[in-house]
Amino acid sequence: MSHIRKQSEYEKTFASKFFQWLGGEKDSFTGNMEMRPQKEYMEEEATIEERMKDRQQALAEVYDSVHNKELLFFNKLYKCFSIVFCIAIVAVLIYTVSYLPSVGAEDKPTNNIVSDTYITNGLEDTGAVNIVTGMILSYRAFDTFGETNVLFIATCCVMIMLMVDEKELSKNKDSNDRIFEPKNDAILQVIATLLVPIVFLFGIYIILNGHLSPGGGFSGGAMIGAGMILYVAAFGFEKTGRFFNENVYKCVKVTALICYGCIVTYYFLTGANGFESLIPLGTPGKILSGGITLPINIFVGSEVACTMYAFYALFRRGGL
Amino acid sequence: MEIIRNFPCLSILLAMFSAIISSALKGKGARWLNTFVIIVVGALSAAALYMTMTTGESYVYVMGHVPAPFGNEIRFGSLEPGVALFFCVIMLLSLNGGRKKLLLEIDPGKENLYYIMVDLLLSSLLALVYTNDLFTAYVFVEINTIAACGLIMITERGRTIEAAARYMIMSLLGSGLFLIGICLLYDMTGHLLMSYIRVSIEDIVASGMYHAPLLVTIALIVVGLAIKSALFPFHAWLPDAYGYSTVSSAAMLSSLVSKGYIFLLIKLIYRVIGFDTFLNSRIINVLFVFGLAGMIMGSISAIRENDIRRMISFSSVAQIGYIYMGFGLGTSAGMVASIFHILSHAATKSLLFVSGVGLTDVSGGHKEFVELTGSGYRNVAAGIAFMVGSLSMVGIPAFSGFISKLLFAQAAVQHNQFAKLLPTLIVLAVSTVLNTIYFMKTVIRIYTPTGGTSYVAPGNARHEDQKYASVSIKENPLYVITLLCFIILNIILGMCSQPITDWITQGLSVFA
Repeated sequence: MSHIRKQSEYEKTFASKFFQWLGGEKDSFTGNMEMRPQKEYMEEEATIEERMKDRQQALAEVYDSVHNKELLFFNKLYKCFSIVFCIAIVAVLIYTVSYLPSVGAEDKPTNNIVSDTYITNGLEDTGAVNIVTGMILSYRAFDTFGETNVLFIATCCVMIMLMVDEKELSKNKDSNDRIFEPKNDAILQVIATLLVPIVFLFGIYIILNGHLSPGGGFSGGAMIGAGMILYVAAFGFEKTGRFFNENVYKCVKVTALICYGCIVTYYFLTGANGFESLIPLGTPGKILSGGITLPINIFVGSEVACTMYAFYALFRRGGL
Repeated sequence: MEIIRNFPCLSILLAMFSAIISSALKGKGARWLNTFVIIVVGALSAAALYMTMTTGESYVYVMGHVPAPFGNEIRFGSLEPGVALFFCVIMLLSLNGGRKKLLLEIDPGKENLYYIMVDLLLSSLLALVYTNDLFTAYVFVEINTIAACGLIMITERGRTIEAAARYMIMSLLGSGLFLIGICLLYDMTGHLLMSYIRVSIEDIVASGMYHAPLLVTIALIVVGLAIKSALFPFHAWLPDAYGYSTVSSAAMLSSLVSKGYIFLLIKLIYRVIGFDTFLNSRIINVLFVFGLAGMIMGSISAIRENDIRRMISFSSVAQIGYIYMGFGLGTSAGMVASIFHILSHAATKSLLFVSGVGLTDVSGGHKEFVELTGSGYRNVAAGIAFMVGSLSMVGIPAFSGFISKLLFAQAAVQHNQFAKLLPTLIVLAVSTVLNTIYFMKTVIRIYTPTGGTSYVAPGNARHEDQKYASVSIKENPLYVITLLCFIILNIILGMCSQPITDWITQGLSVFA
């Protein structure tokens, strides 16, 4: 048997209150609780300072290498572990090497058809008496072109780091440390006058004879670069700037690399598509011989000379 | 058809030529040349992809007049041109997304140097993708390393120099180990060309000679490339390098440079060491374990991070962990999943970096999460793009991240070893939850309305912020178009996954 409660009685029950709350008709908090909008969190200047100071102090204490025992212990442990680790790696590598074929053994895997072919067919294929130059510049031309680009990108990276903007320099006189360049040295100048032409000549000789005798673009270029560095060390940048400044550097570098790239591209495309290369190999032993090796040696030589000089100049004064 | 065979070689040389010419140009010329070259290289790669897809073979291209094993050569099936095309697309989009920021952050006189680095980075990536010669690979790894250093330190302020120095030291350590590995391989086999080394290695394995050196060599090569691509215990250089460099650099470093090394590793596994030899050496289990550890530890570091750029960087550690875990499974399904994840992660991570910089720019340049509150309303395009990137990373269906997670899970389920099946599935699930924690935290943060009181009614959520100005879509149309392209790329990878996985499977079958 059910009975109907009166409305006033029903309103007192829990069910009625719950359904009222659920339906949103009545909020049980209104009137019973004080409500205020939340204040925006504001930190006082002093507390911020204190917090920063605490942080600084904590950092100083943690990284105090004299008093913090844990840090000292960690540093020692780190050193010990790195030494043990290095010794372990060295041991593993020595163990590995002991299993490898001994140097100069006749049945070594490296004594195979590849090196035989380089020695027997090298002269015929490349026209270069110097087999090493012939090999790196024609058999493995792609690697060497990549290697020359490594030099190129290395100079660009050093430029990013050290190149000083000339306009900035003229605006901001205080940051100019070029005025501290050393004064001219009489002994050095005399020696340089004597030596530099010889060094240049010898470098040019090594480049041009790269396909005939030991040497080539890389070594000859390094020599010319060294000669230029000697010249600049003796006479200063003002004198060198007359024949070698940034524009000359750019011209030489870009021309050399583009010509090198064109030769290599021509060589790849003709080779891969089965055409004969039109560059004559010449008579072996003559200066004008060797097919693509001679021009490539010249271009590599100028690129390497520029790179050597550019490194020196960039590290010394942040410009060319 | 015959002429298309020249395209891979031409695209490498073209990128190198553009770098050389850029050094004689001013910034603007170098920028246009760079854009032009990336588009041309992309078109050449697309043509090569079309040719290899129709014939279904792989081609050997002799670089010079002497055939292998005496001269250099490159080799491409259908996988290589496709990856090259993908790299070009990502590179173009990353550069466009950060173009405006780049002009603000670097010296005006050094803009052409930046594009030299980008051009040579492109050429080295292409060479790593196409090469069939170990020493060529090493030379272009060198170029890649130096170019990446240049890309990091181009801004020359704050911690970028330090980050570049750290990157250089770690990366050179990796190169050094890789080089020692190549030397040992050469000593044992007498060849530098990949296919010839493979034959010699099969003989060596069959004869049982050189067992210890071969193991050490594989370890050196794998560890060297793992350091360079930031596998978990070697990831210490990564957050600084990605977090403080300019946004284009960060996007390219995370999505291209590390992927180039991983692709080289895949090539070495298939073409030099041989998949079975690699499987039988236990190094594959080491990769598996460190991949799993990276998936968890990278995500945990990302959760603890209070800087959005560094958070995205740490997320890269986790994603690289996924890729190495796929290698570690040691099945071809795992490899396909890894290669798909390379593409998916490249598309998503560069999107996150590029959209992240839009969000920090409308928050006064601050990268902390507190300042980013509500930035999704201030820069609508970047907010949406960041959300899409996050959803993709978390693995919501219709985006690329879902497919790669699905492929990983499928590869794990099909695996016959229970010891690899169970950990993979568990870690995959845990890592997905962790991904969700930090990405959804960020998405909620950027869509939390700021300003006013906490009593803003739901209808008024788009409350104009007083603290930072908003950016409308029209202000930087190039940026918005870039983000749109990224989103479309993500959705294509997510929706049309079947043809892509078919292509990867087909490419892998002619890869070795």
